[in-house]
Amino acid sequence: MEAKGPFPGIRGIGQMMFLNKLLSVNPNGRTKAVVITGLLLLLLLPFLAALLDDPFLVDIASRILIYALVAVSLDLILGYGGMVSFGHGAFFGLGAYVVGILTHHSYEGTTIAFLPGDWEGTTQAFIQWPLAMIVSGILALMVGALSLRTSGVYFIMITLAFAQMLYFLMISIPTYGGEDGLNIWERSEVPFLDLYDSQTFYYTCLVLLLLCLWVCKRLVKSRFGMVLQGCRQNETRMKALGYPVYRYKLTAFVISGMIAGLAGALSANHTEFVGPGLMHWTRSGEIMVMVILGGMGSLFGAVLGAASLLMMEEVLSGLTEHWMIFLGPILVVVVLFARKGLYGLLVGKGADNG
Amino acid sequence: MLTIELFLEQSLNGLQQGVMLFLMAAGLTLVFGIMSLINLAHGSLYMVGAYVAASVTQATDSFVIGILAALGAAGVTGMLLEYSVLRRLYNRDHLDQVLATFGMILFFNELVKILWGPQALFLSTPELLTGTLEFIPGAPYPSYRLFIIAAGLLVALLLRHLIINTRVGMLIRAGATHREMVGALGVNIDRLYTIVFGIGAMLAGLAGALAGPMLAIEVGMGEKILILTFVVIIIGGIGSVRGALVGALLVGMVDTYGRAFLPSIMRQLMEPSAADSVAASMSSVAIYVLMAAVLIWKPRGLFQAYGG
Amino acid sequence: MADPILEVISLTKCFGAIAASDGLTFSVERGTIHALIGPNGAGKSTAIAQLSGELSSDTGRVRFDGQDVTRWPVDKRARTGLQRSYQITSLLPEFTAEDNVAMAIQSQQGHSFRFWEDARRDQSLRVPAQKILERVGLKGFADRPVTSLAHGQQRQLELAMVLATAPTMLLLDEPMAGMGQSESLQMMELLRPLRGDITMLLVEHDMDVVFALADVVTVLVKGQALATGTPDEIRANPDVRRAYLGDY
Repeated sequence: MEAKGPFPGIRGIGQMMFLNKLLSVNPNGRTKAVVITGLLLLLLLPFLAALLDDPFLVDIASRILIYALVAVSLDLILGYGGMVSFGHGAFFGLGAYVVGILTHHSYEGTTIAFLPGDWEGTTQAFIQWPLAMIVSGILALMVGALSLRTSGVYFIMITLAFAQMLYFLMISIPTYGGEDGLNIWERSEVPFLDLYDSQTFYYTCLVLLLLCLWVCKRLVKSRFGMVLQGCRQNETRMKALGYPVYRYKLTAFVISGMIAGLAGALSANHTEFVGPGLMHWTRSGEIMVMVILGGMGSLFGAVLGAASLLMMEEVLSGLTEHWMIFLGPILVVVVLFARKGLYGLLVGKGADNG
Repeated sequence: MLTIELFLEQSLNGLQQGVMLFLMAAGLTLVFGIMSLINLAHGSLYMVGAYVAASVTQATDSFVIGILAALGAAGVTGMLLEYSVLRRLYNRDHLDQVLATFGMILFFNELVKILWGPQALFLSTPELLTGTLEFIPGAPYPSYRLFIIAAGLLVALLLRHLIINTRVGMLIRAGATHREMVGALGVNIDRLYTIVFGIGAMLAGLAGALAGPMLAIEVGMGEKILILTFVVIIIGGIGSVRGALVGALLVGMVDTYGRAFLPSIMRQLMEPSAADSVAASMSSVAIYVLMAAVLIWKPRGLFQAYGG
Repeated sequence: MADPILEVISLTKCFGAIAASDGLTFSVERGTIHALIGPNGAGKSTAIAQLSGELSSDTGRVRFDGQDVTRWPVDKRARTGLQRSYQITSLLPEFTAEDNVAMAIQSQQGHSFRFWEDARRDQSLRVPAQKILERVGLKGFADRPVTSLAHGQQRQLELAMVLATAPTMLLLDEPMAGMGQSESLQMMELLRPLRGDITMLLVEHDMDVVFALADVVTVLVKGQALATGTPDEIRANPDVRRAYLGDY
């Protein structure tokens, strides 16, 4: 998807103006202001697009929302739980494949070989999407159960290894496209909604993202969330207090996997394609970049990070074919000097820790 | 049809792959063990080695000069990288290191695309080594692969000599197990780190150069071998060069045997098309299963070098 | 009537060639304050680590409150009532003082698989937390981030957290470490009333503290228990004097 028209620049200027106003407000008020501004922007986006006569804007924005969702799911375990999972792409990709496989069979009218019975799949969102979440959740349970027995770099490597295993697995299954992936000829069906319409799809994604954000916000402030944060800050101490740390981390890992699966289901609809590339570790790396860029441990930061990274890609790829060469050093600079990410910069001390 | 010749041939393949992995793993494990730095850009140094070897060999018509150039390029790139970016990451947590070096991967991939274009490069096997040697009676084996095995084992011996018999080596051993002590002893830590990093970078560049004639030299080749390399050092134990050797040979063997023999084994159990699919998946995941198995038995790898 | 709450039976732990614990055997009676003393390198901290579950012993058994806990992990022992405090302050650095104590209280209120209510507004956690902070003398510091507290205050907070878990037995690894005279006295006054309700095994270097607080003293030398007795008995014991106390 290429950048179209002057809109990125105009949005940029608009944001600069907002930023100026923002930075003069006190820290606590700042958080509210940032969040409300963001929310308004997201809600009104399709109208902005109509105004600027740029229909592609909505498509790009949907993509941002989808990646924001998976970034939020990663922030849950990374920013709050301290689990550096380098295999999150696996849950994202698997959720997408669930939708892809179900649609494929429904479209072709063939039964799904590896399941009992004669099910020919379905395009009903109310079956597909929860199923995507459940399947991703089960994978997260298996991966987490094994990986969480390790820590540190071993944990990173094991999660990475699992993602790679899934990647190779999908490549070697020719029925579902193998290395070339699977085209999805029908989007999911939702009663009363036409997901082929960009605006409807956009608002569907937005509603789901806001719902998940709300749930996750409550989660991290709850007793469960406090335990999770405690595990990140000082796991030894938590164990000494009697908390069976493994159980809590695993639960968080599964919840995170399920949300990533939902994002995958949306992605399959959005691009009308699924491929093993979704599970490649470099994809997991990109998601992690979004979380860090935006500011981990705040959930909103993940949204900001996804938006920033994808917009940066849009803008830069319009300028030069070799825009990727800037991404690396930008990432390095952020890691070295702006560790709290964009959200941290915007909100400063007001950034809540829960 | 498993014959002795086939088995020996595959064993040599496994040995050759193992030796290549060792060249990569040795540098990575030293850097990780001594400086506690996870460096994802290690694969990029391999890629640099391959590209430079290919270009210089083409230009000068000499593989030897190509290898030397690769060593130089990888070494210089590595040391520049260490000096400008990596140095600031030593005290950061692993997540920061992973992210920053991931950024470096993106940078190098694009840089290579700019300098050499997006198509793959090819390096032909040097004339001297294009033939086969009847190492195993009845099974001629490619001379070039034998050359790699020999070169790799030579490097292993040199490395062993360096670590055991020289002053730098002693510092490396001390640094792997007692980082703070070495600093406290007044050794110029910065210089030690740069040297260690340089050695690792050159080994990676050598691996890339040697791999050149056997694969397509393209962007992304670094990442493929990087994962395998990490699996090797996890299995071998972080910080241990001996572990890197054992781990590399183990991984090389398991991977090679898996790819070679699983299809036929699976065909005994199920019909051919399913067998091939299953075999393909199984051989890809074989080394990860190996890693998981080792970690269950020895959570810190086979030869844990540094404490904690 | 002997009612040992803790029995250490022939505990051995080797690090390479060095035996940090070498057939260590002693027991602690319920409700007492039991001090573990000995020269540097005698294996006191290693002993505590094995008792809390952080270090696994090579051989030997640990029986706590009638159960064999030798192979139990740290959190399981903690849930049974065997808790420890740390020589090097170990808190939850990004939380406030009140948060820290609340986490300790929360651990005692069943499982924490509650995903919806805001824990910081939960009065069943906050009120007891504030009470305990007041008890250890940190009344005004509830909302302060832990990193802004002075070292002595952090040690008090450590104690607060430990009290909040209402343990049956406490392993205290040098609780006065790094504290000044008045702070140490404060700490002692906090620990003293606990005698009877909570059994305490105390590792300390400060002999004044040991002799002021302890009911029983065990002297550790080279990973073994050299002698066990009341402070006076220990003071008079010739072996102990030779090995450790000098002319105290």
